[in-house]
Amino acid sequence: MASLITCPHCGQRPKEEFAIKGAALARPAPDAPQGEWYDYVFLRTNPRGRYEEYWHHVSGCRRWLVVTRDTASHAVEDCRDAAERAPT
Amino acid sequence: MTSYRLNQGGLVDRATTLDFTFDGRSFTGHAGDTLASALLANGQRLVGRSFKYHRPRGILTAGAAEPNALMTIGSGGRTEPNTRATMQELYAGLEAVSQNRWPSLDRDVGALNSLLSPFLGAGFYYKTFMWPAAFWEKLYEPFIRKAAGLGRATYEADPDAYEKVWAHCDLLVVGSGPAGLSSALTAGRAGLRVILADEHHALGGSLLSETAVIDGVSAPEFSARCVEELRSLPNVRLLPRTTVLGWFDSNVFGALERVQKHVAVPAANRPVERFWRIAAKHAILATGAEERPLVFGGNDTPGVMTATAMRSYLNRFGVAPGKKVAIFTTNNSGYALGSDLESAGVALTAIIDSRADGPAYSGQARIIRNAVVTDAFGGKSLTSIRIKHDGRFETMDVDALGMSGGFSPVIHLALHRGGKAQWSDERAAFLAPDDLKGIALAGSVTGAGNIAESVAQGSTQAAGLASMMGKSAAAMSASVEGEMENRPSRPLWFIPDVIGKAFVDFQNDVHRADLKLAAQEGYGHVELAKRYTTNGMATDQGKLSNVNAIGLLAQARGLSPAEVGTTTFRPFYTPVSFGALSGASKGKHFQPVRKSPLHDWAAKHGAVFVDTGLWYRSAWFPREGETAWRESVDREVLNVRSNAGLCDVSMLGKIEITGRDATTFVDRVYANGFAKLPVGKARYGLMLREDGMIYDDGTTSRLGENRYYMTTTTAYAAPVMSHLEFCAQALWPELDVRLASVTDQWAQMAIAGPKARTILQGIVDEDISEAAFGFLAAREVSLFGGKLTGMLFRISFSGELAYEIAVPAGYGESVADALMALGEPHGICAYGVEALGVMRVEKGFITHSEINGTVTPADVGLGKMVSRTKQDFIGKQMLSREGLSHPSRLRLAGVMPLDPAHTFKGGAHILSKGAEATLENDQGYVTSYAWSPTLQSPIALALIVNGPDRHGEEVVVWNGLLNEFTPARICDPVFFDPANEKLHA
Ligand SMILES: [Zn+2]
Repeated sequence: MASLITCPHCGQRPKEEFAIKGAALARPAPDAPQGEWYDYVFLRTNPRGRYEEYWHHVSGCRRWLVVTRDTASHAVEDCRDAAERAPT
Repeated sequence: MTSYRLNQGGLVDRATTLDFTFDGRSFTGHAGDTLASALLANGQRLVGRSFKYHRPRGILTAGAAEPNALMTIGSGGRTEPNTRATMQELYAGLEAVSQNRWPSLDRDVGALNSLLSPFLGAGFYYKTFMWPAAFWEKLYEPFIRKAAGLGRATYEADPDAYEKVWAHCDLLVVGSGPAGLSSALTAGRAGLRVILADEHHALGGSLLSETAVIDGVSAPEFSARCVEELRSLPNVRLLPRTTVLGWFDSNVFGALERVQKHVAVPAANRPVERFWRIAAKHAILATGAEERPLVFGGNDTPGVMTATAMRSYLNRFGVAPGKKVAIFTTNNSGYALGSDLESAGVALTAIIDSRADGPAYSGQARIIRNAVVTDAFGGKSLTSIRIKHDGRFETMDVDALGMSGGFSPVIHLALHRGGKAQWSDERAAFLAPDDLKGIALAGSVTGAGNIAESVAQGSTQAAGLASMMGKSAAAMSASVEGEMENRPSRPLWFIPDVIGKAFVDFQNDVHRADLKLAAQEGYGHVELAKRYTTNGMATDQGKLSNVNAIGLLAQARGLSPAEVGTTTFRPFYTPVSFGALSGASKGKHFQPVRKSPLHDWAAKHGAVFVDTGLWYRSAWFPREGETAWRESVDREVLNVRSNAGLCDVSMLGKIEITGRDATTFVDRVYANGFAKLPVGKARYGLMLREDGMIYDDGTTSRLGENRYYMTTTTAYAAPVMSHLEFCAQALWPELDVRLASVTDQWAQMAIAGPKARTILQGIVDEDISEAAFGFLAAREVSLFGGKLTGMLFRISFSGELAYEIAVPAGYGESVADALMALGEPHGICAYGVEALGVMRVEKGFITHSEINGTVTPADVGLGKMVSRTKQDFIGKQMLSREGLSHPSRLRLAGVMPLDPAHTFKGGAHILSKGAEATLENDQGYVTSYAWSPTLQSPIALALIVNGPDRHGEEVVVWNGLLNEFTPARICDPVFFDPANEKLHA
């Protein structure tokens, strides 16, 4: 877990202000095949290394963010507002 | 008792005498002493018993690595076990008690374990306690628990305060020896924001124990001058008594400051410990090096200590280690000690050097080269040592022995983020890796360095950082006289011809033979050997023992220490109290107390409050003569059903949703349709998770074309808000929608019962008759002749004719007062959440007791609500999985005991009549239970296999905890007024 997160709206803030939802996956289209939905709801990769997650700046601006971090070193590569950046 | 305090020398304040006790006996020391130095000054050598064999143990070090002198300090709620006497500052009135001994330190019964030692060798846990299984509970576990003797925590509450703080700086310097001081000074003079932390109470590190002359003054004086200048710099913060104990990502360091651990009664307005998180642009570790013990027989005898520690007690505290001293060394550290001892007039018998080529020595002591100490004798206090040199043995009577097996740089912090230590043959030590980012090393932690080099190194590192940050810094140097020439030691892992137990890990009683055994039995890998022998575990985490263990393992396996490698270094460097980790978050400060805007109104009516989640809620309102809570609750229920009642529902989550696409948004977050909800109407909504299970429920009212007022359950107010924000921001950012949590803005009350309308009409200006304000009407209303605007909702959670009215929070109490006054002639009563709960069970309404994350809308009888026409809503896709409509799912039903005199409890399981209580026969479980005063019977909601199709079936409700079997019948979950006649009355 990263100690300091640079929120695009609030600047560098301690991790205690944030809540993590988990993998930042793109929500399938409503009419996508059920298999795709199944993967979205239940399947997660568990990489050692780069990972995109949804973080919520709960005790700050209350924006949802996509945080790209390294799960081994916790280094944060990128942090964007979720509305501006769809998960890749 | 003999005093070992020298007549002069040292940095203690001889004018200030401090009284303290150890094991109930009175002693005195001086200001500036540690508990350890004061005990040694009083000749108290025996300070504890060892963990496994209960061997007598003395003080081994003068710092954080101390494995033996662990004591319990303080009394009552301030009792703190496992305090290292070497780190504890002495104060007047200090009470210290030794640990791990019974009945006393001097006569300890556990020492019998020494006789059992053949059975307590490495891996004894795994071997001895394997079988028979029946012995575990009666024999093994009590034995292990009794033997696990590292102090005892108190059961009393800690009366003191702790706090957590953040700090930011350009440069964090860890350690205040020569390298630390020069780093901090160079950076401080250049204008960097500097924090200098040191774990000891006096700044100066090794300089405080040094006799060399620096820039023409004594080493302690040099250090004092540096500290004085640092103190004068406004951009420098000095943190003595502060252990930096972890290096984390984002270059954040954790540090523990012992703010008031050196006073008998801490000032109440300050914390006793402060947990720092320091976000540093850069850090310099000037953490020094730890001297390694030598592994010879009886090396744990009180009177044997590391040479550096002995030198520190001598020079810094003015304490002689004994009357007749010897030194066993593998490097020049022993000679520096020898020279200082002789200067102080302490009789030095010999320096025993394992090397052939030690330095020139000008003192009186006999120098024995190519020699080793094989054993030390004396039990509770050293009396003699056995030396081997030139192929023969010699016994020497001494009462103190200093030993030096070389130095291990304190590189722990540098490895906390996954770096691997590198073995250096040249330095005979593990060093930090080269590719560190965010921290640099200076001084003896680099494996090199005398004082002058350390000063230069620290200054150079700091100057480099300053220029990187755009500041210019002048380099600093120091001229040093009288320092012993420093050369790395030649490692001496294995000493031949040892007779007694040769300890590697003093704290865990791991001796040389244990490591050999581990290697022999296939546990030679460094990580396996640690677990097999327990070497490197417990409070000191192998600070003294790990490198010796690695050396011995290497030797046993025919490898180099580089090939053996180290175990993983993890935070924290030294133990941290739970108090410091929790900081101010204890008791009522753990979370804020949330009181409803109607709290005072409820209190006025005698409410009994309960803690529910974040809130204080009024549970029931006892009246005179009522002795049991059920009496009050039954009366409240019956009164609401026959007259009227007022209940505080302000703690429901309330969210305002606005924007051009508000309707689309609400329609997508609920499973049922909202697109056609007319303005001025409320609708019950079911919110699902993406996996199709119910997430939350509540009513949402359309107050305007693009304005909705959503209520959530109390428990899920915050999670639902986050969920909606996620939907709006991450899933559908293209929708124009705004969300605002207004939970705290509105006081909301339910007015329920046949007379509710009559009472309410007294404050509402407009007509609220059935025709004008029918079921599920919801709109802003004018109150008190236009004095106030509120929101009125015709909704019911009790099955009665009911309304909820919301008014601005500050008006809540006045409005409730007005309604109670108007309602008095109609028999209104205040009712609490208990009565609310009873009435909702009577009506079969669900709460989070039922929607527990495993139920779908169909499971609770609300399957028909789910929209079939909406293109998309949260949970739509996964809800269509065929397994979720299987009839064998647990589904909502009612349960009543056959005999109303029988009771059961929520969580009890349902069994078919006559079926055995087995997992296979489980038919479901009770989710909600209440006594219904209306039906005069216990009633319950339950999730039962195929429940809706089994109404009328006799079953048994089984309480496995109490082993109670209650005959009952499955029924409709709506126990009262199933046709909803009262609702529309
Ligand atoms: Zn923010």
